[in-house]
Amino acid sequence: MHTEFDPDLLAVFILAAFLGFQLIKRVSTLLHSPLMSLTNAIAAVAVVGAIIILGEEPGSPLSKTLGFIAVTAATVNLVSGFLITDRMLKMFKKGGSK
Amino acid sequence: MSLGNPVVEAAYLVAAVCFILSLMWMSHPSTSRRGVMAGELGMLLAIVGTLLLKDVVDYPMIAGALLLGSAIGVPMAYLMPMTAIPQRTAISHSLGALAIALIGVVEMVKLADAGAGLSFESAALAFEMILGFLTCTASVLAFAKLQELVTTRPMIFKGQQFVNLAVFVATVGCGIALALHPQSGPLLIAFIALASLFGVMLVAPIGGADMPTVIALLNSYAGLAASTMGFALGNKLLIITGALDGASGFILAVIMCKAMNRSFANVMFGGFGQVVASAASGEQKSHRSASHEDAAMMLENANSVVIIPGYGMAVAQAQHKVAELYQQLTSKGVDVKFAIHPVAGRMPGHMNVLLAEANIPYEKLVEMDEINGDMPQTDVALIIGANDVVNPGARDDPKSAIAGMPIIEADRAKAVMVIKRSMNPGFAGIDNELYYLEKTHMLFGDAKDFVAGMVKELSGGSRLH
Repeated sequence: MHTEFDPDLLAVFILAAFLGFQLIKRVSTLLHSPLMSLTNAIAAVAVVGAIIILGEEPGSPLSKTLGFIAVTAATVNLVSGFLITDRMLKMFKKGGSK
Repeated sequence: MSLGNPVVEAAYLVAAVCFILSLMWMSHPSTSRRGVMAGELGMLLAIVGTLLLKDVVDYPMIAGALLLGSAIGVPMAYLMPMTAIPQRTAISHSLGALAIALIGVVEMVKLADAGAGLSFESAALAFEMILGFLTCTASVLAFAKLQELVTTRPMIFKGQQFVNLAVFVATVGCGIALALHPQSGPLLIAFIALASLFGVMLVAPIGGADMPTVIALLNSYAGLAASTMGFALGNKLLIITGALDGASGFILAVIMCKAMNRSFANVMFGGFGQVVASAASGEQKSHRSASHEDAAMMLENANSVVIIPGYGMAVAQAQHKVAELYQQLTSKGVDVKFAIHPVAGRMPGHMNVLLAEANIPYEKLVEMDEINGDMPQTDVALIIGANDVVNPGARDDPKSAIAGMPIIEADRAKAVMVIKRSMNPGFAGIDNELYYLEKTHMLFGDAKDFVAGMVKELSGGSRLH
């Protein structure tokens, strides 16, 4: 049942980090604030770990309580993160379009 | 954890691809909203996939938490004023890190109950919890500083470095002990308390002007914590997403440091922005001031104007008045651009968002490196609430506290106007030679009121020149 060390996971991490560097370098400085709120929303995918803990039966009172808080906190992030990013991006208009 | 279910595996894989596309499309305003949609789709797939796992059965609880989170998140997204974006970002870093840290606690207690010894998982969990709890409390303090609930000056005391080191060593020590022998007793609680304390200590000595770097760095930590959790649970989606988020925060932090010509170490431990026993060198230098009318007339008669906004514009909520000024001047045939310094404001990209909110077309928002070449041909540089980022001392005076920091070269423009409350030095407590130049006019007052005054003057019908 324990997760053992898996070199594949390390490879995935390194490749993903490398890809991240390449992608983020290309983001226009105009959009650094929305970028931050977007990555924040995406990182809220940690909600899947929280859902598993909260959804397992039988759970202990501890796992239910902390799981509930974790799912709620991550959901706040992902919902508000995506919505506010879009709200910001909507404001970036080209000169002619007004 | 997700192993053994090909449907879930596939959902996670597609979700990871969606997140990567999402960041790719963020590169330009014209595709960025598509990026948000890709991100949302990825998230939906990840959550639905997880709900399909056969161990996940307690749907009522999950639905309750998802609904509660949405009920908080939706109003937060729509009611948050754009000036509060840095605060919201800090709060969301702390919520994200909290979720990750709590998952770590639950998993650690499970290991303890199973009587497990040292394993890769226990070590990864200990690491995850350190990152999670310290990012959580550090972000809460960053929020408090941004919201000015506590002083934005660095909090410094004697022997601070030593205390920090001691707390850090104790935290890591507890972490190692937990990794060797997972347990749920007092050691776990001490560990959580220490990691949380360390987060506070980390941000306490950092001043308000360094917040852009700190926020970016905390973003990076939150990503790393998610990745570590992915390692502990054997979940590739979390590893990939965390790595993307971590890389993003890291790059932004590096950009911020470069824009101040400072190292990470200097930002984290430098205590920049302490109240320096002001170098009021006694000598009274003279400056010129001008009224709304004079300033408006100068702007109206210029061919090209570069507006340089800073945190002061955000504080005064002056962006909409500045946009009106932009409209007025543009309609009179003046070429108006905005020069954006990377560290202007309290988070990366802060000024761009505020000006975009006020309907300034984004191609008018020009980066520092691009605008500096145009400055000598610029008739008027109008500085609104910025100070250190236009201080020529950074370029000319090797002894200046901000020596080497790249600046927007407002002093090279034909004339300079500075809207400022008073002659007090800016956050860094450094005097600014720019204010005493022959060609500089100081416009004293609140940024919003002063700009409103100029707008009124300009719209006041046809004045003859």
